[in-house]
Amino acid sequence: MDIALLCARVNERFCGLLQYCEIHNGELTIEVPAADIHEVCLSLRNESAFEFNQCIDVTAVDYLQYGIAEWETNDSSEKGFERACERHRVNTHETWTKPRFAVVYHLLSLERNHRIRVKCFLEEDNLALSSVVDIWASANWFEREVYDMFGITFNDHPDLRRLLTDYGFIGHPFRRDFPLSGHVEMRYDAKAGRVVYEPVDIEPRVTVPKVIRADNRYQSNANLKEGE
Amino acid sequence: MADLHNYTINFGPQHPAAHGVLRLILDMDGETIKSGDPHIGLLHRGTEKLAESKPYNHSIGYMDRLDYVSMMCNEHAYVKGIEKLLGVDVPERAQYIRVMFDEITRILNHLMWLGAHALDIGAMSVFLYCFREREDLLDCYEAVSGARMHAAYYRPGGVYRDLPDVMPQYEASRWHNDKQTAKRNENREGSLLDFIEDFCARFPGFVDEYETLLTDNRIWKQRTVDIGIVSPERAIELGFTGPMLRGSGVEWDLRKKQPYAVYDKLDFDIPIGVTGDCYDRYLVRVEELRQSCKLIKQCVDWLRANPGPVMSDNHKVAPPKREVMKEDMEAMIHHFKLFTEGYCVPEGETYSAIEHPKGEFGVYLVSDGSNKPYRLKVRASGFVHISALNEMISGHMLADVVTILSSQDIVFGEVDR
Repeated sequence: MDIALLCARVNERFCGLLQYCEIHNGELTIEVPAADIHEVCLSLRNESAFEFNQCIDVTAVDYLQYGIAEWETNDSSEKGFERACERHRVNTHETWTKPRFAVVYHLLSLERNHRIRVKCFLEEDNLALSSVVDIWASANWFEREVYDMFGITFNDHPDLRRLLTDYGFIGHPFRRDFPLSGHVEMRYDAKAGRVVYEPVDIEPRVTVPKVIRADNRYQSNANLKEGE
Repeated sequence: MADLHNYTINFGPQHPAAHGVLRLILDMDGETIKSGDPHIGLLHRGTEKLAESKPYNHSIGYMDRLDYVSMMCNEHAYVKGIEKLLGVDVPERAQYIRVMFDEITRILNHLMWLGAHALDIGAMSVFLYCFREREDLLDCYEAVSGARMHAAYYRPGGVYRDLPDVMPQYEASRWHNDKQTAKRNENREGSLLDFIEDFCARFPGFVDEYETLLTDNRIWKQRTVDIGIVSPERAIELGFTGPMLRGSGVEWDLRKKQPYAVYDKLDFDIPIGVTGDCYDRYLVRVEELRQSCKLIKQCVDWLRANPGPVMSDNHKVAPPKREVMKEDMEAMIHHFKLFTEGYCVPEGETYSAIEHPKGEFGVYLVSDGSNKPYRLKVRASGFVHISALNEMISGHMLADVVTILSSQDIVFGEVDR
């Protein structure tokens, strides 16, 4: 189905409710307030104009370091990038103004052959959202994974347990303030005759700095495609 | 009266039929499953977190290691996402090469699945036959990329290099004398395309052999017919994709419905099942073997007739040729920038999905305009399928757990990521 038509229909149906509704790269994204997510999802599945009968994916994004680079690109630098150093942070982008976390749903309609991305921003002091497991059974494990990785809870989820991390794991590893090498490492202690956990002894290091170049090298190309 | 309790069985994480590292807690009533609780994550390597700390191209190799029996298909979803964000065009020849290798990968995956599935149920010999054919296809992987499995062959903008003109040959050794070696090299005299064409000619006969062993086999049917039935409505609710969905009789294939690369120019059919049991899923996958073979044949014919570039000439994304680099200053700079810093992807987000041999494999990419993905989420079909395992095995016998599990075509590389 035509994505522009879908965009118009979604806009019409949820007018006033949506914080954002736009097509980018040929994909429709809408932003829904956290309080309305269950109601919007239910309509998206049930109403004949949408019929999103499959929940393809549920995930989250932590925008804590969005637009923050590790290397200055606007001016020439005085010294080279030191590897294995403490990360040097530079703000090359306007700062992120929206809430820190977003839960992202990807929905697919087999009947009408269209997709939609539903985003729902969450304030850090209230990381809870209605579960959509009663709408799509496939959301069950996806929500467990988001809970495990980001610490976002889903109200009325039938079985909200950790999924991918170790038994007894502490923390939420996909948050941007969780170090890549983690907090603990595990080894077998021959003397104690069991597996022991110890604090990690690896120094975090950055081999290739994250840079943001605003020279729009590909932008023209991308815009050309958009215009087609 | 005796006090009866349900019995709890711990299946895995080290079990030959667990397809890797699945720990399954089974609540049993006699030999009937009351419920099953899969514990996954034992192979979790944090691929998505790792990708956030690396330039885009460094993560292509991680994609191979997700579903490690269908390597190039994973790469395809990832590079397709990057290309979409960048707005880079891919030459048509590269698209055909990708489709050809996607289908080779589908055969690789289904052969692995067929062998392991049959082995789980108790048919040893199918496994040996399947691996005989896999060997030829892995040689094709090696011929183009140098690696038998983890190819890293697809790159944003095209593929790493064009198909080789010569197929590598066996050498005589202690185990094979000259005469035997000459016989083994018979179909390797020409180019890679000649070898693949020869394979396509031979392969339908091999599929017939597997079918002779299994399709009408009484034991096979006793173990798979009416086992693990999923209705089409429930399959959709549970988020099934790929052969799991088609096995339940839903006609849905991204290659047809939302065509990518050059699938809309090729002729193939989508097989679907009727009852949605393990036997139907078997039949669907076997037919997909034949359809993939047909697709490969079409790609070979096109590739023979249409030489051309296999990589975008946008050197902000794709490296320049080495010869050019030695003459041209600008090419040298491009090369240096590309291999030290990578390329910055415009701010935005995209979801790129392909029809992976196991179902819909999707990559959700968020870019903040830097040279590293801000967030990468891998949507693995196996993850969704195994989340429905409890529902599929409840009420079945213990021995059926293994049948149902392997009919889902589970690989833990992609489930745990």
